[in-house]
Amino acid sequence: MSRVRVEAVVNGEPVDFLAGSGQSLLDALRDELHLTGSKEGCGTGDCGACSVIVDGRLVCSCLMLAPEAEGRRIETIEGMAEGSNLHPLQHQFLEHAALQCGFCTPGLLVAAKALLDKNPNPTEEEVRYWLAGNMCRCTGYDKVIRAVLAAAADLRQEGQPA
Amino acid sequence: MKAVVTSADFNLADNESIEAGESATAVRDVALNCLADGKVLYAGHAVAAVAATRPEIADEALELIRVEYEVLPHVIDVDEAMQPDAPLLYDDMITQGVTPAPTRPSNVAKKTVFGRGDVQFAFASAAHVIERTYRTAAVHQGYIEPHACVASYGADGQSTVWCSSQGQFLVRALTAKILNLPLSDLKVIPAEIGGGFGGKTTVYLEPVALALSRKSGRPVRMVMSREEVFHASGPTSGSSIDVKIAADESGRMTAAEMNLRYQAGAFPGSPAHLGAMTAFACYDVENLALNAYDVVSNRPKVAAYRAPGAPMSAFAVESAIDELARELDMDPLELRILNGVRKGSVTVYGAKVHSDGFIDTLKAIRDSDHYKSDVPDGQARGVAAGFWFNIGGESSAAVHVDETGGATVVSSNPDIGGSRASMAMMAAETLGLPIERVRCTVADTTSIGFSGSTGGSRVTFATGMAVTQAAEKVVEDLKRRAAEIWECDAGHVDWRDGAAHCLDPSKDVKPLKLQSLAAKSAKTGGPIAAEVSINAQGAAPGFGVHICDLEIDRETGRTTITRYTAAQDVGRAIHPSYVEGQLQGGVAQGVGWALNEEYIYNMNGVLENAGFLDYRMPVASDLPMIDTILVETAPNPRHPYGAKGVGEVPIVPPLAAVANAVSAIVGKRMTSLPLSPAVVTAAMEQGD
Repeated sequence: MSRVRVEAVVNGEPVDFLAGSGQSLLDALRDELHLTGSKEGCGTGDCGACSVIVDGRLVCSCLMLAPEAEGRRIETIEGMAEGSNLHPLQHQFLEHAALQCGFCTPGLLVAAKALLDKNPNPTEEEVRYWLAGNMCRCTGYDKVIRAVLAAAADLRQEGQPA
Repeated sequence: MKAVVTSADFNLADNESIEAGESATAVRDVALNCLADGKVLYAGHAVAAVAATRPEIADEALELIRVEYEVLPHVIDVDEAMQPDAPLLYDDMITQGVTPAPTRPSNVAKKTVFGRGDVQFAFASAAHVIERTYRTAAVHQGYIEPHACVASYGADGQSTVWCSSQGQFLVRALTAKILNLPLSDLKVIPAEIGGGFGGKTTVYLEPVALALSRKSGRPVRMVMSREEVFHASGPTSGSSIDVKIAADESGRMTAAEMNLRYQAGAFPGSPAHLGAMTAFACYDVENLALNAYDVVSNRPKVAAYRAPGAPMSAFAVESAIDELARELDMDPLELRILNGVRKGSVTVYGAKVHSDGFIDTLKAIRDSDHYKSDVPDGQARGVAAGFWFNIGGESSAAVHVDETGGATVVSSNPDIGGSRASMAMMAAETLGLPIERVRCTVADTTSIGFSGSTGGSRVTFATGMAVTQAAEKVVEDLKRRAAEIWECDAGHVDWRDGAAHCLDPSKDVKPLKLQSLAAKSAKTGGPIAAEVSINAQGAAPGFGVHICDLEIDRETGRTTITRYTAAQDVGRAIHPSYVEGQLQGGVAQGVGWALNEEYIYNMNGVLENAGFLDYRMPVASDLPMIDTILVETAPNPRHPYGAKGVGEVPIVPPLAAVANAVSAIVGKRMTSLPLSPAVVTAAMEQGD
């Protein structure tokens, strides 16, 4: 089995690992880098549980080949909190009880962050359509949407001059 | 390549049934569903498994296995499977529950009958009779985490399985019996679970992985692909249901008849009987005749799915009641209040109703802002009700106090939707500790007493009762220790706010906090801990009433839910936002069932939509906010904090709530789910 050496930046840290030519980025993150926060729910890009941000763009890591990560900047759920300081999205997911089993939560958080990075003041409808690629079977999305809107408000507040 | 296994590696001699949540399951059927023996019963039914050091090697090895298939006639549809000339799955299946026993085999595994009164007489004298046949498609639980496990057979015969399931003890029992191992030689470690909804109350992989490990001498990991989850793990039954109800001129329902035909998949065990039991559980109907048929066909073996059996029969009954309300020109909620069960009513299966929870829930919806608002132009409103039993049963829990006065709760049930938080809250309340000082963990099969699975909406009730009792034992122990320190009678010690208070007026002592008692544990009797194993009785049923507003795009047939409110009689909500989450999640699944989800088969009996792209579950842009009303007028007197099950009821009403609104817009009764765009456009074009 031929394996290629891949150098990338994951959550701000330079990393290198050996990837199989047919290995997905998701499998490389989980099996080579031991970052198991990203999940595989389908392997076909339908459920969004494997969402990561690659060079600022939201992607399903199950659909990207690991060797394609060469030279890229990748953000995963593991890089979202700063130490023990939760990201406002994580904080609001907890405040709103926006998760039950939690399996889709890393993907939802990463996808929501990608939205708020681009659009700090989304409408409910914009949040719903942006997150339409992230399936959650437990919550019915109500509390998830409320948490994202609340986190957006928190981030706007933080962004204001004191 | 390290090992190959087939069903020849299983113990198939044993045909005992074991309790698995809400129903019993035959161990042999579970084994034969994992790996077929001689006859493959559905497309996707596994026949062999291989273990290799890499997935690619295993794939190559699978290619080398030659299976000689003789293609037999198949049957997919439940009504077709009941025809006398239908292809038979089993040559020796004689319908149970029929006297005298049929002489010829059929695909009907069992008939279950419930009834009372004189139905024929009541129909003969009825002012109104409503009668139709309803159909629902097979739907999958749709948990986002596929089935997965790691199994390791030790050289000393002691084995370990790590898996995601709704019950580590159930996985132990099924896996050990299928492999003919003593239960004490198998340790099952529950992993975090990524959703189950009933679908993880059985095994598909664990006995196979452990058999492979036994042969290869190595730990074996198995993970299902999403496609395999759809093909070979259990959806719930599709159904075909005749319902006929009689009512007098005031709208009082006097009689009902139903025939419920449920797909079991390839092995007996559909929840048809539960469909019959729940069908009229919301209503006080004097005369009932309900026949439930458990029917096998060439589909995957069904598994439990949230309130198993109830959503389909509620769809039929709540549609019929909607039709009755229209015929009477009566408000659909008032019609339900007129007929609803009250304290003292008796269900068809003999249980007595102990509260007015259903009436209170109907009134909560009637008085809601949503119901009082006008239906927006171009939209329609549907209402429907639902019932679920909720169960109690066997649970164990322990409470350990650490030497700084914090506590650990050890639960016996996998946490599927936040139950660890509720367990910690109940322990904290009983001990008088702040919630931050209490943590809850889920233990493996060797670290806590036996428990039934996480299912039947039983954990907060039954395991919560065990947690509370364990915490109460700890409090009793702490009071005894305080009494010893104070040299007073234990009866003179009160426990409140996390401290022992001396009630003996002759003693001038300050309260002893849990922290100080814990620090002195070695001097007052040793470690502070208690474990409780109970068979919890007194689970109270729950009732839900939902309202749904929706509109339909006449060009595409797409239905958009614009507003939704779910009210439920929840006893007392231990963790209200998680209870709301249960209601909202149940609604979303019910809406998917009503509008889009279905198993689609081609002419060859092969499932055509085994993926999330084509098996269309609701996504965020498909739904509005889901408002909830927690009705807490009837706390459960049999639970220390008034709790009862809440998780299953909310999937019961949405099918009819949605269909009743769609029927109103289309202008004809919609009797077959899902109401996908193609179905709705066809109905609108066809007219009535």
